[in-house]
Amino acid sequence: MPAYIASLQLAIPGSVEALSLYLGDWTILASLAQIEKTLMYLRDARDAQFDYLSDLTATDWPPRKDARFDVVYCLYSTRLRHRVRVKVKVNEQQGLPSATSVWPAANWLEREVWDMFGVNFTGHPDRRRILMPDDWQGFPQRKDYPLEGPGELLMENPLDWLKLRQAKEEADIE
Amino acid sequence: MFDTDELVINMGPQHPSTHGVLRVILRLDGEKVVDCDVVIGYLHRGIEKLSENRNWTQIILLTDRMDYVAAATSNVGYCETVEKLLQLEVPRRARYVRTILMELQRIASHCLWVGTHAMDIGAMTVFLYAFRERELILDLFEEFCGARLTYNSMRVGGLPLDIPPGWDKKVLEFCDIMDSKIDEYETLLTHNRIWLERTKGIGVISGAEAIGLGLCGPALRGSGVARDVRKDEPYAAYDEMEFDIPVGTEGDTYDRYLVRMEEFRQSLRIVRQAAKGIPEGPIVGKVPRLIKPLAGETYHAIESPKGELGYFIVSDGKSTNPYRFRVRPPSFANLQGLRRLVRGHLVADVVALIGSIDIVLGEVDR
Repeated sequence: MPAYIASLQLAIPGSVEALSLYLGDWTILASLAQIEKTLMYLRDARDAQFDYLSDLTATDWPPRKDARFDVVYCLYSTRLRHRVRVKVKVNEQQGLPSATSVWPAANWLEREVWDMFGVNFTGHPDRRRILMPDDWQGFPQRKDYPLEGPGELLMENPLDWLKLRQAKEEADIE
Repeated sequence: MFDTDELVINMGPQHPSTHGVLRVILRLDGEKVVDCDVVIGYLHRGIEKLSENRNWTQIILLTDRMDYVAAATSNVGYCETVEKLLQLEVPRRARYVRTILMELQRIASHCLWVGTHAMDIGAMTVFLYAFRERELILDLFEEFCGARLTYNSMRVGGLPLDIPPGWDKKVLEFCDIMDSKIDEYETLLTHNRIWLERTKGIGVISGAEAIGLGLCGPALRGSGVARDVRKDEPYAAYDEMEFDIPVGTEGDTYDRYLVRMEEFRQSLRIVRQAAKGIPEGPIVGKVPRLIKPLAGETYHAIESPKGELGYFIVSDGKSTNPYRFRVRPPSFANLQGLRRLVRGHLVADVVALIGSIDIVLGEVDR
């Protein structure tokens, strides 16, 4: 286990919920309550120095009722040249503190996560859609969003649209 | 009679110097840019969503459509990520050929960049010169895989085909031609007074700020940060190659230009070493019939001509398609820095700065 994870556990008790090592990459499952402090610590601690936010993205796990999304921070240190991934579980209603104050690079990346998944970042300076049009309804990267898009019912809830389409297909068969 | 209100003007999405469909809303005080808002998404095709509904092999074709001026680099990046998930050993011959392809691609991409960047600023000749050499590289690619722009040139585990006989000789011949051509571009630009006026001191950014903003590739190295994935986290055959990482000192448009010009030479150095040393052996590793990695996730980054191109892929171990497919496009990160770079400069410099960060909108919007 890298030294900075041990010191993180000591410095912020309860910040690390689980740890995993897969294919040579360390992943920290951080607690949502401490996430802002954890990220600050990882950026500033002398043995961590993760000054570069490589990527910020999310994964949608619909069966998980209590915390549907994994928000993933891929961090890199340009001085110590090591990587770590920080993961935090969050649900639809819960907000997640924005990391823009830690790394300005998080600005657009968080906008994209909001745009594609609807993960709510609190304290974000400019929370708008980024890739989809401003008036778009629904969040395209969610697993329950149809691949073909909402079709002709552009402004409807995609789930309603899916039901409508199924009803139409059944009517066609008859 | 004359008021001093700020003026909002719109640039793009159809503008000759925005390199694709990029819209920039500029807030001006006289001719000075006070602030700007970058609007993207015009080329969004949902490649991430599509990939989550295609099998592991079909995705290679989609990665072509991201950075369409350096498609082979995206191919390799994706294949290496899947190989990492499968824990697959790639034969040395395939790794060498990949290195050659990626470096040729870097030269081709930089040719396109130097041509369009110079044309944006007003030097027409460089464009014609650079496209002449880019053509030679496209011919080499055509001979290797049959396509000139979207190559689909990689497979998980190795190469789709062995290199044609005599291809490595042609690559070496190209290197000899290219050497003098780089000097030719430099005679036109490096000491050109108009070029210096237009690029020196424009869009200065310090190394620490560039790191915080997430800039990558030549845009980061221009500010003096020696960060290159090829050196820091070697992939393909880069650990066996000898090359230097050029860095700038000032962090302005001119330094980013110089860094890329030096990268031309370093890329040629790598191509020469790799083309002379292609080992004999198989071109594909032990790939399972059905590609279906175990449940797990990984992030793998490579150095594309624009910077750090990362893939974050989650496999659920049950289906034959990735559960989550995420691309970290270097142009997206660099374009985010544009707002910081243009502040306080003239409208004409916005054009120079868009050229200087070298974006491809296909990759920004995916």
